[in-house]
Amino acid sequence: MFLAILIAAWATASSLGDALLFPSPLDVGRALARGFASGMLPRAIAKSMARLALGYSVSLVLGVSLGCALARVRAVKDTLGLLVLGLQAVPSVCWLPLALLWFGLGETAIQVVVVLGSLLSVAVATESAVHTVPPLLVRAARTMGASGPRLWWRVILPAALPGVLSGARLGWTFAWRSLLAGELLFVSGGIGQVLEFGREFYDMALVLGVMVVIVALGLGSDHLLFGRLERRVRRMWGLDRT
Amino acid sequence: METASTGMEAPLIELAGVSKAWPDARGQAVTALDAADLAVRAGEFVCLCGPSGCGKTTVLNLIAGLESPSGGAVRVRGAAVTGPGPDRTVMFQEAALFPWLTVFRNVEFPLEMAGVPADERRSRVERYLRMVHLWRYRDAQPHALSGGMRQRAAMARALVNDPAILLMDEPFAALDAQTRDVLHNELERIWLETGKTVVFVTHNVREAVRLGDRVVIMGTRPGRVKRDLRVSLARPRAAHDRDVASLAGVVERELKIELEKVIREELDDAWSPAGGGVPRDSHRGLGDGI
Repeated sequence: MFLAILIAAWATASSLGDALLFPSPLDVGRALARGFASGMLPRAIAKSMARLALGYSVSLVLGVSLGCALARVRAVKDTLGLLVLGLQAVPSVCWLPLALLWFGLGETAIQVVVVLGSLLSVAVATESAVHTVPPLLVRAARTMGASGPRLWWRVILPAALPGVLSGARLGWTFAWRSLLAGELLFVSGGIGQVLEFGREFYDMALVLGVMVVIVALGLGSDHLLFGRLERRVRRMWGLDRT
Repeated sequence: METASTGMEAPLIELAGVSKAWPDARGQAVTALDAADLAVRAGEFVCLCGPSGCGKTTVLNLIAGLESPSGGAVRVRGAAVTGPGPDRTVMFQEAALFPWLTVFRNVEFPLEMAGVPADERRSRVERYLRMVHLWRYRDAQPHALSGGMRQRAAMARALVNDPAILLMDEPFAALDAQTRDVLHNELERIWLETGKTVVFVTHNVREAVRLGDRVVIMGTRPGRVKRDLRVSLARPRAAHDRDVASLAGVVERELKIELEKVIREELDDAWSPAGGGVPRDSHRGLGDGI
């Protein structure tokens, strides 16, 4: 319903303004249909998603490990802790110049930006989640013979999972944004490039169409994937009573 | 009731001149335990009783291997305790079940840690869940259970690996009186069935006398063993037995002296124990809720 009103408002606004700079929903729909029919958009989406999956996995693994180390190893907290907090203030786009100089205009640079963009928020969330694991659970586990890696895998990480998951959700959003920022810059074959392509050819309908795709993908992954996962975990952990 | 004599055979658990201290926020040493001696023979049910701050929980943690002593020696079967071990399990005031596992998987956990094969795990979990009457609830998540049921599950988990020693840290303190009575009966029955050695920490004198072969009274500042009393009442007992009640009265008088010491210190000498006015409702009230 809200969406229908929004589209109607959009149609009215575009009929009043410059059709070239502000195309109507119908034009955008046509541009999208063309993009999908030609296979350009599906290819771009697949390419971006594959990239995101790789970069995000790396940042999850590194972020969770770093978060655990920050929470439990005093020396890491004293040294890297401040650095992590400081670097968190750097928007992921600002890593781009550095990544480009270090790794050249290519795949690696984009991945580095994706990883750096999401790693820190995952790490910070993991750290606080591990901190809030009830010490009693850890003591109980130790008396039952859990120690070392098994204590982490079987007790501390599961106990921290709801918090880690919130961080992972946030990290996903950051990774997604970093990816698009990176892809805008060069011949990357991803969604970001299609956006840039639209700009170059003054194809405003395509630009808006890609924006719609980006919103849809963002909403979809956040609600369908993370929303469901988080609800399920919270229910299983007894955090929500429904 | 007479003062317990140490038996001739070697004790299963032995604390010799044990002290435990740690620095407080200002870096000054806080002594939780000072030159404490305690010997527990195999199969005994020993209750540690005393006001808050007497170090009774510290004694339990030392035996469990969760903490190490600042001085003296803690030995189990003659060997110094260096950490937690499969021969000792602990039950806490809270059940400390893992919320993400079902009751069954919670009870299975120590067996997994010990590397017991899956089919044997299943039969052992079933046996102990039936023992605490929770088999029907094996697939429930802990948060769906009542407090008493959670403690039953914790009891099954503590017993499932068949440890020689069961360490209990006020396991029933957070339960209502009726549930606690039921669990006292169950614990006594299971103890009679399995012949475990139990060290049971409580501030509730009635509970100590109800359950223990011995009631060890600990004093405070510094924490040490004050009296060691043998309870030779017939089993099974009940909390409302007249003998239990009268013996609890005797023990309570012993404890009151220690308690008044604590209150005087905490209230800066402003409190006078007029008419032996132990505040029954305080969190360290003796024998409350029975």
